[in-house]
Amino acid sequence: MPTYVMTDKCKGCMECVKICPSDIMHIDPVQGRAYNIEPAMCWECYACVKACPEAAIDVRGYADFAPLGHSVVPMRTADRIVWKIRMLGGETKEFTFPIRTTPWGSIRAPQDAPEPTHDAARSELLSFEPDYLAVDALPTLPRPTTAGA
Amino acid sequence: MDEAQPHPTHVVDCDILIVGGGFAGCGAAYEARYWGRDLKIVIAEKAAIERSGAVAQGLSAINCYMGMRWNENQPEDFVRYVRNDLMGLSREDLVYDMARHVDSTVHMLEEWGLPIFTDPKTGRYVREGRWQVMIHGESYKPIVAEAARKAASELYERIVVTHLLPDAKDPKRVAGAVGINVRDGSFYVFRAKAVIVAAAGASHIYRPRSAGEGSGRTWYPPWATGSAYALLIQMGAEMTQMENRLVVTRFKDGYGPVGAWFLLLKAVATNAAGEHFESARLPELRTRVGAYADAKPMPTCLRNHLMLQEILEGKGPILLHTERVLDTPEKETIGWEDFLNMTIGQAVTWASQGIEPTKDPSELILSEPYVMGSHAVCAGAWTSGPQDVALGEYSWGYNRMTTVAGLFGAGDTVGGSAHKFSSGSFTEGRLAAKAAVAFVRDHAEAPTVGEEEIARFRSTVYAPLDRYAEKRGNVTAGTVSPDYLFPDQGLNRLEKIMDEYAGGVSANYTTNEHLLTRALEHLRRLRVDLGSMGARDLHQLQRVWELDHRLWTAEAVVRHTLFRQETRWPGYYYRADYPHVDDEKWHCFVNSVFDPATREWKLFTRPYHALI
Repeated sequence: MPTYVMTDKCKGCMECVKICPSDIMHIDPVQGRAYNIEPAMCWECYACVKACPEAAIDVRGYADFAPLGHSVVPMRTADRIVWKIRMLGGETKEFTFPIRTTPWGSIRAPQDAPEPTHDAARSELLSFEPDYLAVDALPTLPRPTTAGA
Repeated sequence: MDEAQPHPTHVVDCDILIVGGGFAGCGAAYEARYWGRDLKIVIAEKAAIERSGAVAQGLSAINCYMGMRWNENQPEDFVRYVRNDLMGLSREDLVYDMARHVDSTVHMLEEWGLPIFTDPKTGRYVREGRWQVMIHGESYKPIVAEAARKAASELYERIVVTHLLPDAKDPKRVAGAVGINVRDGSFYVFRAKAVIVAAAGASHIYRPRSAGEGSGRTWYPPWATGSAYALLIQMGAEMTQMENRLVVTRFKDGYGPVGAWFLLLKAVATNAAGEHFESARLPELRTRVGAYADAKPMPTCLRNHLMLQEILEGKGPILLHTERVLDTPEKETIGWEDFLNMTIGQAVTWASQGIEPTKDPSELILSEPYVMGSHAVCAGAWTSGPQDVALGEYSWGYNRMTTVAGLFGAGDTVGGSAHKFSSGSFTEGRLAAKAAVAFVRDHAEAPTVGEEEIARFRSTVYAPLDRYAEKRGNVTAGTVSPDYLFPDQGLNRLEKIMDEYAGGVSANYTTNEHLLTRALEHLRRLRVDLGSMGARDLHQLQRVWELDHRLWTAEAVVRHTLFRQETRWPGYYYRADYPHVDDEKWHCFVNSVFDPATREWKLFTRPYHALI
């Protein structure tokens, strides 16, 4: 779907270029502003729309099945996302959803945990197991002894 | 770094290289660091891991969670479910192994800050279906990426890994990978003691239903280019179940998911006349697939089959009656959030077409086929299973290691283990990484990378830029040249071949020996033309190598489909010359090996063993 960029808002900051998973948001060397170089490889994932600090990027539904006259616009903050939707007939809807329950950057790095023992390293346990399984032990089966068993 | 060359070379030495920073790759990075504190762990990713892979846009559910702590399900239950859904064929050791660990992954994700719907009365996660839990998952990928960034020694983004490197002394051992930085054009050589391929399955192997600019509206993302398979096949790794391609039932055009609608909201689908069609078609289904027709729950492919038959008889459109179940504002919000979190394009489809889900039903459709290994299909590499439960011939020492020494897989890369989804792919990344750390401990010597091999790859990967520069002046403006093809032109040919000859949408998913043989001839000619690609810039050069990976994937799909002389998964594809399930001959895995030395493929079967 293609994303499009509003001329009067884009400052050419490259945030969309950095984030686009499909590598299709590029800077137009003439205007110095971003644009979608390959709409047929756009997944409408909204990564660029969410990342744009100027709210300069929007989406116009795919021309092969989406009539003009709609919009689906997000505003994402540290802990929530607000979606404003305008339907074909002009009706509007608004939804707000949480996105994260902890501060950004707060995840404990695995190397901050105590070093695992040699026995743990040669076991079937993954990091923080069995504690994080929240059951007594990692399940296993009687080891099959013959093929076709 | 050699500045004199137009494309300088960077050499990165590491212990473990992770190719692809999606869910499996991020899980691998986290776990590799936990067990390998002193190791150099490197991620190479073609986009930015903050929003890369299949979960770039977010998700509205975790589709794989046992709930062992509440005794909701045990791993054995999940094995039976997956076996049933895949029509009796899965690597049950791999499925069991993922399932017994996946709860610890989900609990970790919740601790990291992923909002999971919880029932305030019971304290349990809210179930969408038996295996699924509901999440506010808009930031699912950025959360997981944060963990991976903290774990990895180095992260290289915008690197398109084009090829794996064999060890110069032992072609059955991996020694690293090469790739292109698509921002500055430099050439990257990664030398690694172990490589975990956590790359993607494939969209755009088959021509999509949408047209023109809408062709980005595939179900699996357009950046899923089959690197999970192409990288491994060329190394000579054994592959399995590549014929087991996926067709999904989705909301028409926007491809919104149906899971929450069927499972949580209990919506029903009818034909255009309002008739429930599934039960009336069961007798016909039994003649095709025997007892599988009565399996509970009905396998994904068979539900597709029943809908397809209804459409082919002219009884469409198939309608999902959202209007009958959205009877409260809370349910309407759940319906919209389901799409806004994971398929925003479906919300755009509703908005643009003026579909009010509280009043209007929505059309359902069957998608074009996809090649992948983490949803309701299990294409991928044949890998070693966990030592404590895998049967002898399913285990050769290191969990999730392929038949190439030091080469591991996770997520879409690993075959035979369907229904991993996001949590299971992350878990499989963790499993592969722990085993890769053990491999590195056991094989401390650095692999040998031949300079000649690197020089050969270097000249190969940049050839499309050179060809374009040399030949561009022979024609006036425009995109038509007799000297080269642009990657989008080659992709159009690949999609057309696969659609028409190998069971795509226009063929109603049907093929036969003659059509598949023709497909191989056309693919061979396309392979020849891949030697004449043109790229005017680095973006197009990325697209050339994505096409190369898709073509390797497509060839594997066709060869496997040709070899399996039955229709095991009606609703995914049909061999018109062998229209039935044939358990006597084909209740087994179809595997293949491409020999890089002779350039020949070998197809054969491997036995299926029930673990449970």
